[in-house]
Amino acid sequence: MDLSDRDYALVTALCGGLPLTPRPFLALAHAVGMEEDDVIARLHSLSTAGIIRRLGVIVRHRELGYRANAMVVWDIPDHAVEDVGQRLGSCPEVTLCYRRPRRLPDWPYNLFTMVHGRDRTEVTGMIAAMAEREGLRNHRRETLFSTRRFKQCGAHYGQRQAAE
Amino acid sequence: MTMDPIDRQLLQDFQRDLPLVARPYAAMAERLGIGETEVIDRLDRLTNSGAVSRVGAVLRPHTVGASTLAAMAVPTDRLDSVAALVSAYPEVNHNYQRDHRLNLWFVVATTSAEAVHGVLDDIHQRTGLTVLNLPLEQDFHIDLGFELSWT
Repeated sequence: MDLSDRDYALVTALCGGLPLTPRPFLALAHAVGMEEDDVIARLHSLSTAGIIRRLGVIVRHRELGYRANAMVVWDIPDHAVEDVGQRLGSCPEVTLCYRRPRRLPDWPYNLFTMVHGRDRTEVTGMIAAMAEREGLRNHRRETLFSTRRFKQCGAHYGQRQAAE
Repeated sequence: MTMDPIDRQLLQDFQRDLPLVARPYAAMAERLGIGETEVIDRLDRLTNSGAVSRVGAVLRPHTVGASTLAAMAVPTDRLDSVAALVSAYPEVNHNYQRDHRLNLWFVVATTSAEAVHGVLDDIHQRTGLTVLNLPLEQDFHIDLGFELSWT
């Protein structure tokens, strides 16, 4: 499904967040020059098509007490990365799961997962249990905990837009 | 931040499948057994306290614009100044220190792949440090929201 200019304007306006008013889609409709019914129908189609992954309340982990944030990186053979990626991507512990290129010799890892928890001990245990459960104990991996957050905000792709 | 059981249910149950009806907060209110105004007031309070980023959408990556994850190995005594230099770019939306030889990790998101490369090149030129470019190749995550456990 290709995005029309109208869809592009709609998702761009939406990603700044819906207003907390009784008819938020009406406000969105006014912002992009559409009818309220059309906005709702379009959002339904974009969700069904998978362009909108999820529409709802977007929470901040750290502010809810999930202070340990680990990027777990895995060196998975290329022939297996799709299968392993799909399995890790559906694990309840994992909040993001992306394949990215290796940059040898600096960086041998090709699969990135994010795991959040209340503290490092909990997160380390979750990762070890997940590796065991998924049969990945013998694959090389590293866990990179964040130690400082210098900046976190929604992305601005030229117009108002945010991504997690 | 104090949260009561209704706040928790609001955060747990509505991370996805926001009702696509003219009055979504009223539909949520009905499921929570409270009024529409109370849902709006609670979301407003949770947003102001930082627990909620927004009521909105998570898009499939690269639906609009282009982005990448970048990493640098910054000498410890330069970390604060290099991190500040990186954060100052409006195209940088996440910038974290991580405990690794590659100790600075940031996301660049902007209009096009060319513009992303422009930012990375600029950071390389200004710092004299190597910038690893690790663009997303495939997304495997099934995003159902974040399962909160209250202890």
